[in-house]
Amino acid sequence: MTTNSGGLSLTQQRQRAAFWFIAPMLAALFFVAAWPLLRTIWFSFTDTTLSDLYGGEWIGFDNYLSVRVLESGRWIWRGTLVDPAWWNAVWNTVRFAFISVFFETVLGLIVALVLNAEFKGRGFVRAAILIPWAIPTIVSAKMWAWMLNDQFGIINDIMLNLGLISQKIAWTASTETAMTAVLIVDIWKTTPFMALLILAGLQMVPRDIYEAARIDGVNPVKVFFKITLPLIRPALAVAIIFRMLDALRIFDLVYVLTPNSAATKTMSVISRENMIDFDKFAYGAAQSTLLFAIIAIFVSLYIWLGKVDLSGEGQK
Amino acid sequence: MTAQKILSTIGFYALVVVIVVFSVFPFYYAIVTSFTTGTDLFKINYWPRVFSWANYETVMGGRNFVRSIWNSIFIATTTVVFALFLAVTASYALARVRFRGRGLLLMMILAVSMFPQIAVLAGLFELVRFLGIFNTPYAMILSYVIFTLPFTVWVLTTFMRDLPVEIEEAAIVDGATPWIIITKVFLPLLWPALVTTGLLAFIGAWNEFLFALTFTSSETTRTVPVAIGLLSGASQQEIPWGPIMAASVIVTVPLVILVLIFQRKIVAGLTAGGVKG
Repeated sequence: MTTNSGGLSLTQQRQRAAFWFIAPMLAALFFVAAWPLLRTIWFSFTDTTLSDLYGGEWIGFDNYLSVRVLESGRWIWRGTLVDPAWWNAVWNTVRFAFISVFFETVLGLIVALVLNAEFKGRGFVRAAILIPWAIPTIVSAKMWAWMLNDQFGIINDIMLNLGLISQKIAWTASTETAMTAVLIVDIWKTTPFMALLILAGLQMVPRDIYEAARIDGVNPVKVFFKITLPLIRPALAVAIIFRMLDALRIFDLVYVLTPNSAATKTMSVISRENMIDFDKFAYGAAQSTLLFAIIAIFVSLYIWLGKVDLSGEGQK
Repeated sequence: MTAQKILSTIGFYALVVVIVVFSVFPFYYAIVTSFTTGTDLFKINYWPRVFSWANYETVMGGRNFVRSIWNSIFIATTTVVFALFLAVTASYALARVRFRGRGLLLMMILAVSMFPQIAVLAGLFELVRFLGIFNTPYAMILSYVIFTLPFTVWVLTTFMRDLPVEIEEAAIVDGATPWIIITKVFLPLLWPALVTTGLLAFIGAWNEFLFALTFTSSETTRTVPVAIGLLSGASQQEIPWGPIMAASVIVTVPLVILVLIFQRKIVAGLTAGGVKG
């Protein structure tokens, strides 16, 4: 019954159409993602500067690591890999990513369990937790910067009144608390997202399992660890990797909440700073290439070790 | 009811209250601050004590902020329309046509959306300069494709996978070409998904900071996040908190309202990717 144009089978015809449907998207992605990525990597092996993008010359691995032996016999190491500022940024990023994702997962799980229970006003609570998610990151950074202000901030006031602190803290300015401030804002903003992803997983768990456990008189804590957690593990694994990738590339919150603080400067912030502000374009490109490599390795390990099915093809 | 049951009910509702207060309070406080001026700003107000539109007049009176809002609207709208246009056909092919390498292609698309944006910044900077669009809205429209396109393709693909096979088979039997199937059969069914995906992509483009910060150099071309992020006084002591909060409220209220209206759909859209295992 089907009209075969040029003797092609229906499947071939559909596959040919599929190619033309996908081609423009792939072309666009190549243009804005693959090509710029390759160029960044190429720049990282040159001495290109911001003012002269085409005047760079190939210098090999010098932006990453180079060594020069002085006449006196001393070895001078140079490059990102021996730059303490870079390793500080790596440490900040990793610390931020693990702590924030840990708290977001635990708190997100709690919020999701609450939302999964049936109670009056559930719709209202779900609407309320969407608010932090809807607020732009920059705006939430400013809002919290005001609330965390050392002199006039409401957080210091609340904590003083509750007797939690004895004197006002300069949350964003002091090196001891700057990272805590960034973590607080990120956890506030992203826990709702985590909760919604986990909630979607929770809602897949059939209700009669809980019913059976309740009739058998199983302790709720035991139900959670023995039934709920194993069943939502796939959803949890996917949510955690998404958040982790987001946390490892964090830029805007740190840049606005704690500008120029060495205590919070992340890999993205330091790369951009070198690239654009310090006119060490190629050096910054090398750092962003390293960040890309770190994330790529991390994702591969996670998917491989956790056997996470991200594409959703496996269920079909 | 036993005492234990009453206690656990009280505990549960206490937890609910904590969650709600913690979620809503910062936004509430920003609104309170935005209506406060002068020395009242330096007293801590838990409840609105004064009410003045002065901060809003300051923000909207300055030409640049209004300009930034238009920039953001133009950039986000154009990006979303472009992304949806490319994504509808691509996701049809990815969801409904079996071909070799489909899983790999999907993984690649997901990988791009998870990209650290800093990794393409140097290359994009060169591209933007090469095209002569530095410090114009087109620099952002071009660069935002990197996260809006993979995202829309991904979500629309999961939506399309769930549409029943029968309607498509009926169309094929009637001799419809894939293009007809998309425009006449799928598109009418996809409207809700398109609205949700478009809205989420719009929010993403509206909030973007890194590219907008790097690819603009004058106040008139800034987008809203950059304008707010760089809004500062002469010194650390003179940060204009009142106007900053007013600006924050202006750009956030429409988003919050949209999100609350489309709540259910947004939750469905957010969780569409992969989490269905």
